Amino acid sequence: MRARSAAVRKGSNLFALGCSALAALIGLAFLIWIIAEVFYRGIGAINWDFFTKLPAPPGEEGGGLANAILGTMIITALATVLGVSLGVLAGTYLGEFRHTKIADVVRFLSNIFVSAPSIVIGIFVYAVLVVPLGNFSGLAGAISLAIIMLPVITRTTEEMLRLVPTGLRESALALGAPYWHMVWHVVYRSARTGMMTGIILAVARVSGETAPLLFTALNSPYWPTGLLEPMANLTVTIFNYAMSPYEDWQIKAWGGSLIITVIVLLMNIGTRTLVHRMGRSKSGEGH
Amino acid sequence: MFLPPEIPVKVKVRKLNFYYGKMQALFDNNLDIAENRVTAFIGPSGCGKSTHIRTYNRMYSLYPDHRAEGQVILDGKNVLDDDVDLIDLRTRVGMVFQKPTPFPMSVYDNVAYGIRLKLKLSKSELDEKVEKALEDAALWDEVKDNLHALGTDLSGGQQQRLCIARAIAVEPEVILMDEPCSALDPVATYKIEDLIRRLKQRFTIVIVTHNMQQAARISDYTAFFYMGRTIEFGATDILFTKPEKKETEDYITGRFG
Amino acid sequence: MRSSGQVSSSSQWRDTLFKASTLGSAIFILCLLAFMVLVLIIYAWPSITKFGLKFLISLEWNPVAGEFGALTTIVGTLVSAALAIIIAVPLAVGVAFFLTEMAPLPLRPIFSTAIELLAAVPSIIYGMWGLFTLAPIMGDYIEPWLEEHFGFIPLFSGPPMGIGMLTAGIVLAIMILPFISSVLRDVFKMTPQVLKESAYGLGATTSEVLWHVVIPYGRRGVVGGVFLGLGRALGETMAVTFVIGNAHELSWSLFAPANTIASTLANEFTEASDDLYLSALVELGLVLFLITFIVLGIAEWWLKKSAPKGKGA
Repeated sequence: MRARSAAVRKGSNLFALGCSALAALIGLAFLIWIIAEVFYRGIGAINWDFFTKLPAPPGEEGGGLANAILGTMIITALATVLGVSLGVLAGTYLGEFRHTKIADVVRFLSNIFVSAPSIVIGIFVYAVLVVPLGNFSGLAGAISLAIIMLPVITRTTEEMLRLVPTGLRESALALGAPYWHMVWHVVYRSARTGMMTGIILAVARVSGETAPLLFTALNSPYWPTGLLEPMANLTVTIFNYAMSPYEDWQIKAWGGSLIITVIVLLMNIGTRTLVHRMGRSKSGEGH
Repeated sequence: MFLPPEIPVKVKVRKLNFYYGKMQALFDNNLDIAENRVTAFIGPSGCGKSTHIRTYNRMYSLYPDHRAEGQVILDGKNVLDDDVDLIDLRTRVGMVFQKPTPFPMSVYDNVAYGIRLKLKLSKSELDEKVEKALEDAALWDEVKDNLHALGTDLSGGQQQRLCIARAIAVEPEVILMDEPCSALDPVATYKIEDLIRRLKQRFTIVIVTHNMQQAARISDYTAFFYMGRTIEFGATDILFTKPEKKETEDYITGRFG
Repeated sequence: MRSSGQVSSSSQWRDTLFKASTLGSAIFILCLLAFMVLVLIIYAWPSITKFGLKFLISLEWNPVAGEFGALTTIVGTLVSAALAIIIAVPLAVGVAFFLTEMAPLPLRPIFSTAIELLAAVPSIIYGMWGLFTLAPIMGDYIEPWLEEHFGFIPLFSGPPMGIGMLTAGIVLAIMILPFISSVLRDVFKMTPQVLKESAYGLGATTSEVLWHVVIPYGRRGVVGGVFLGLGRALGETMAVTFVIGNAHELSWSLFAPANTIASTLANEFTEASDDLYLSALVELGLVLFLITFIVLGIAEWWLKKSAPKGKGA
C-alpha cells in the first residue's frame, strides 16, 4: 500500500481552492461586466425626452419610450393585482391545510411551474384571449404575466406562513378568534414581511419578461389606449429595437434595458433591506 | 379521582378517551376540577397531561385526525358535543402555552385582541379593561409607560405575563396553563407562581407541570398521569406525602420520569 | 363575556367563505394548468394529425411548402442547454464552495448578494449583452482562436460568425450560473458541522472534505439543483434568441447559427401566415413544454425524495 503523498494532497487542495476562487471571481466579473455595459451603453439614451415622448418613425432620430414605460407599468400593475390575490389565497391553502392530497399536488405542480418556459404561457394566452377577441391586448399581456407570477407567489406565501409558529395560531384561537380572523390578523401579520418580499421579487421578475408579451400585448408606437388594444411595453420594444438596423433604435433599446435593470435591481436590494430590518426588530431576547 | 361532594366542581371529566389518528393517547380519564382552586397535572413526559387539558377548550379540533370521546362537563354541558359553539367555549376556557406567544402587535393590542373580538367598547372602556388585565398579571408597572411597544420586544418572563394578561382580559372562567414556566428563568418563574396564587380567587386554574416542587408549592389538588391514564388524584399535600398508588410514589420519589 | 352558549353564525359563514376561497384558488391553479395543456393540444392538433410522429424526427422546416419538422429545433434546444450546463455546473460548484468555505466571513453576504443580483437580471438583458458585447468578441477573437487551435475537431470548424450555438450556450451558462450557485450553496450549507469536523479531524484537506463529504451528503440536492438549472435553460427564450442566429439547420460546428424551440417561437409566431404553420409552431411549444415538464418533474420528485438527512446511517 502506497501512502498518498502529503505534498500531492496539499497541492491538489491548493489547486482546488484556487479554482473555486477563480470561479467566484468569474461570476462576480460577469455581473460587473454586464451591469457596467448596460449602464455605459444605456445612459446615452436617457434624457428627458426618453421619459416623455412617443417613439419617432423608424429611421428618424429623437423621440422617446414614454408609452412603453407607461404600458409596462400598467400591464405589470394589473398582473400584480391578479397574481397576488389568487396567489396569496392559494398559498394560504397550502400553508394552512398542508397535508391534504390537493395541497400536495398543487405544491408539486407549482414548483415545476415556477421554472416553466414563459413563452409557452404566452402561446396559451394567445389562444384563449387574443384569438377570440380578434386582436392583441394589454389585458392578455397582463394575464400572461399573472399566470407566471401565480406559482411563485403561491409558494413563497406558503413558505412564509409555515414559518409562523403553531403556538401563535393556537393562542389566537384560544382567545375565541374565528379561524379567518386568526389568519388575517395574526398569521398574515406575522408573515407580512416575508410575504411582501415574495411579492416584490415576483413583480421584479415579471417586469423583465419579454417572451409572454410577444404575442399577447404585442407592442404599439402609440400611447396605451385601452386594455383591449395592443399596448406598448418596454421589453418587447427592446427586443424589436435591438434587432432593427437603426442605430438610434439600438441605443434606445439599451436605454430601455438600463431602466429595467435599475428597477429590478432596486426591487431586489429593497427586499434585502426589508428583511434585514425585520430581522433586527425581532430582538427582545431576554430572561 | 373525584372530589368530596361539598367541594364545588367546575369541570367534570368522565371516561375521556383521545386518539391521534389510530393511536390512542388517553384512556378512560376521570377527574374533577375544583372551582377557584389550582389543580396541577404531573407525570413523566408524554403521559398525556397536555393532551388532556387541550380537550377542555377543544384546541384539538384544529387538527382533522384528532378525536376525543367521553365527557368533559363544564357547568353541566359536555364540551365535546358537536353543537358546542367553539368560539364561546374558548372565551370561557382560556389557555396559556409553554412558549410565550405574543402577537406581532403592540402590548396594548395584544391584551385587547380577545376583548375586541367580542365587545364593542369605547376607547376609555377598552383602556380600563386593558389596564386591569395588565395589573392582574403583574405587568402593568413595567409596561405602563410604553403600551405601544411591540409585544415581541419584551423579555421572556414579561412576554409570558403578557400572554396571561391577554387570557385574563376576556374574563374566562377556567384558565389552562401548559407548562407556563418551563421556558423561563427562576426569577420570572417566581413572579408567575405568585401571580397564579392570586388569580385562583377569581378563576379556576389547571396547570400542567413537570416540576413537582412547583406543583407542591402552588396547587390545591394534584392529578398524577401515567401512560395516558389518570392514576391518582387528591389534595396536593396528601398526594405528595401519602400517595396511594405505587406508580405515584415511584414518580414522586424520582425513581423514573 | 360570560355569555350564554349561543352559536355565532355570522362568524361561521365568514370562516366557510374564507376556507372555500383558499381551496378554490388552489383548485383554480390545477384547472388552469390542465386547461393550458388542453388548449395547446387543440391548437397543435392539425399539425399533430398531419405529421404524426414524423414531426419529431424530421429536419424539414419549410413554411412555404407547408412541411414542418421539429428535429432541428429540438436538437438546438438540447445542445444549447447541455452546453450551458457543462459550462455552468463546474463554475457553480466553485462559486458555492467559495461562498461556504473560503470567503472571509464579512465578505460572504456581499458575494451572496452579488450572485443573487445576477440571478435577478432579466433574460433580455443577457440577450442584449450577448448580442452587442459578447458576439463581436466571440466572432473576432475567441472563435477564430478556437478554430486555429482546435479546428480539427468538427465542433470548432466552420466560419466564426460570433452569432451561433456556442455564443448562445455561453450566454445561457452565465444566465443559469447564479441560480445553480444559490441552490448548491444552500445544499452545501446544510451539511452538518459535525460531519465536516469528523473529516477534518482525520486530517482531510478542505477540498477533500468538499469532495468526499459535502457533495456526497448533498448529492440529492446537487442533482436536483442541476436538473432545475437544466429545466430553466431548456425553456429560456430571450437570452438565446438574440444570439443563436435563427437558422433551421443542423451542423456539427458550434460556430454555426442554429435554433431552439423557444427562439423559433419568438421569431416566427407572429409571422405565421397560415393555420398549419401556426399549428406546427404550437406543436413545437407543446414539445418544449413536455420536455421541460419532464425534466423539472424529475428534479422535483428527486428533491422531494431527499429527506433532510442525506445518506442513511
